[in-house]
Amino acid sequence: MTAPAAATDENTENTGGGTPLLQVENLRVSFGDTEVVKGISFTARTGRCLAIVGESGSGKSVTARTLVGLTGPRSRVSADRIDLAGLDLTRQSERSWRAIRGREIGFILQDALVSLDQLRLVGDEIAEPLKLHGWGTRASRRERAVELLDSVGVPEPEVRVRQRPYELSGGLRQRALIASAIALDPRLVVADEPTTALDVTIQAQVLDLLAESKERGKSIILISHDLSVVARLADEVIVLRDGEVLEQGPAHQVLHQPRHAYTKALLDAIPSEHTRGTRLVRAAEGDPVVQRRRQPVDTGRPVLSALGLTQVFRGPDRVDRTVVDDVSFELLAGETLGIVGESGSGKTTTARIALALQAPTAGEVLLAGQSWSSLTPAARRARRKQIGVIYQDPLSSFDPRWPVGRIITDALRTGSKPPSSRAAARARAIRLLEQVGLGRQHLDAAPLRLSGGQRQRVAIARALAPGPEVIVCDEPVSALDVSIQAQVLDLLTDLQDELGVSYLFISHDLGVIHHMSDRILVMKDGRIVEQGDADDVFERPQDPYTQRLLTALPRLSQA
Amino acid sequence: MTALGFPEATGLARLRSIRVRVRPGIAISSVIVLLLLVALIDPGLLTTRSPTAIDLEHTLLPPSLSHPFGTDDAGRDLYTRVVYGARESLSIGLGATGLAMAIAVLLGFLGGLAGGIVDIVIARVLEVAFAFPVLLLALLLIAIYGPSLQTEIIAVGIGSAPGYARMVRGQVLAVRKAAFIEAATALGHRRAAVIGRHLFPNAMRPLVAMITLGIGQSIVWASALAFLGLGVAPPSPEWGALLDSGRLYITTSWWLEILPGAVIVLVALSVTSLGRALQHHLEGAAR
Repeated sequence: MTAPAAATDENTENTGGGTPLLQVENLRVSFGDTEVVKGISFTARTGRCLAIVGESGSGKSVTARTLVGLTGPRSRVSADRIDLAGLDLTRQSERSWRAIRGREIGFILQDALVSLDQLRLVGDEIAEPLKLHGWGTRASRRERAVELLDSVGVPEPEVRVRQRPYELSGGLRQRALIASAIALDPRLVVADEPTTALDVTIQAQVLDLLAESKERGKSIILISHDLSVVARLADEVIVLRDGEVLEQGPAHQVLHQPRHAYTKALLDAIPSEHTRGTRLVRAAEGDPVVQRRRQPVDTGRPVLSALGLTQVFRGPDRVDRTVVDDVSFELLAGETLGIVGESGSGKTTTARIALALQAPTAGEVLLAGQSWSSLTPAARRARRKQIGVIYQDPLSSFDPRWPVGRIITDALRTGSKPPSSRAAARARAIRLLEQVGLGRQHLDAAPLRLSGGQRQRVAIARALAPGPEVIVCDEPVSALDVSIQAQVLDLLTDLQDELGVSYLFISHDLGVIHHMSDRILVMKDGRIVEQGDADDVFERPQDPYTQRLLTALPRLSQA
Repeated sequence: MTALGFPEATGLARLRSIRVRVRPGIAISSVIVLLLLVALIDPGLLTTRSPTAIDLEHTLLPPSLSHPFGTDDAGRDLYTRVVYGARESLSIGLGATGLAMAIAVLLGFLGGLAGGIVDIVIARVLEVAFAFPVLLLALLLIAIYGPSLQTEIIAVGIGSAPGYARMVRGQVLAVRKAAFIEAATALGHRRAAVIGRHLFPNAMRPLVAMITLGIGQSIVWASALAFLGLGVAPPSPEWGALLDSGRLYITTSWWLEILPGAVIVLVALSVTSLGRALQHHLEGAAR
């Protein structure tokens, strides 16, 4: 977007790059008896980006933290060598680490909201590393903070330095955090999932920013689970699983001709325009792509209709905000209608209105052709079995006291055919669990002790229990690793093929939306800016906003 | 981190996992609370003497094998009096906490669920009441109604209710916004069912531990009132009353003050540490 001006003056040395800056050999990290990083070696070079990719529990974040001495007191770190241009990082005291962090190595964390002190001014937060390293005077540091914010593309930096982190949007906060990480112009920047919490257009800006500092000769170590993000920035890629390096090589080679089956499976599991109508998980390596056997969409029968939905909220400042503005759509029997948009686009509010958990300011929702949002709560209760919901965070949608079995039998009781006895309820709960790939052994499990994918399966089983015609899926896979995401998406399509259920599928992830949806609505600022057949929208976007979204989307082919 | 294969936790395995984690402090506390419960149900199991048997030939004896806590100015066995006093002290502790919780749950749920003007009024009233120290409020009530066991229970109960009510209200406000409440509504459950089956138990969960903590606190307050001569009056063996009557002899017969005092401290500590352990356990289970 706004090209950040290269405001740094001092460091204009050669940007050809490629000379080794950080060399790590045989790095091992353990907590108690569990070794989480099992002897990995890599080299970060000037002007290059090294990406460490892997799923949850692969040890990638721990590796990043090792490089800034932040693994915590309970960890044991050992390495044959961690060498930052002659500086031995294996033997640093907490005191000397403080001199290294910020000056030699900048560290960017995933969530800027928790990484920045909420009670301090943004300007002070950015100037903090300058102050710690005794840079300049108070006034010159303030000036420098403004320059830095400007250099990372933050509009109106003079205003921003006097605001507090919570007053800034997610994208601005993340850029402020980057500004603080590069304040002292460190030669190495370690970025741990720097764009994970961001919208795709903001993500593109942050990636541009990192790419630019790479151009200027910085070395970047990028930790990410997102292979398309990696493709955009990385020169070299390391694939980690369970603390071990599975594959390591030039980005182009790893992402396009992966040697290891796990890397291949990871790449296959990424939903995109190429995966439409196929299953994401293959039974074994080399298996042919499995096509969906699709039930026809009943174009004559809308199961959910939104007619001119508008939602106005009055803010604490007594100013009215229109978060959903004249939204109309029809969801047909057996189809998936995707709603895509960035945060604040009104997609979740639309979902809540569709579920009649919130009354719209204007407009109406019809369920199976009959009035729904205009009913009294009592009349609506009887029809709730026709529409189910799956949330992004299934765990918080379960009563923490209940085991899986009770969660499901409770949902069965609200259906059209409530089970006649405890035994019947149990039998049907087991059948539902089996349908979503779990089983009898999970009946007594506490959701807390299940993995993320298993929890979402339980949520799907619960949504199916009353026998709904429509399921509203609100970011159902956003919190999952890509391989688990692939399994859950496959499950959802299988269930649709089997039961003919319709999905109102909400996601910020364009790849997921394209993979899942028959038709798509693109929302921005509460309005539908574009709608149509999924392929049409993605291949021939008409609206400038949709075009911008698609350009901002990082793609694997960029590697 | 990793997907868990789920071994069915059998009752026995669960029992064993609990036993392994018991710490010595918790074990001692449990024993003391157990003894307290025995004293509450049947003090005769812990002592053979009578708490009111006067023996003027053996007054103010120091602790010995036959009188482990010594005797008082009327020759009564102090250990026996402490055992019998448990019933009074504990019934004040339980009664006052029970009363406080009843008021707190009523006001907390009313405020938290009704919202709007009702909630605002309740919240303000609670804040004002909370500003009064418990003892001051209790003194006021006793001054009006005169000292007795009932007055003391009511006084301490009403005095500590605002604190609990604020917590209950806070819990209700937090839990009613939880996603699982919305999920239950989306399934088509009635509002009353959602409140009864999800909101109430989840809002009360962290309070279970607070109640246990409150019992220890109430015992201390009751003793303090009795010590000031505002609670149960001598010759009742209520612990605070014991302290009050022993006060005159503190220079010559230390055991009359130190031993009942130590019992109050031990009991309050034990109940409190059990409450804390319970709190940790419940919070750990919550998430």
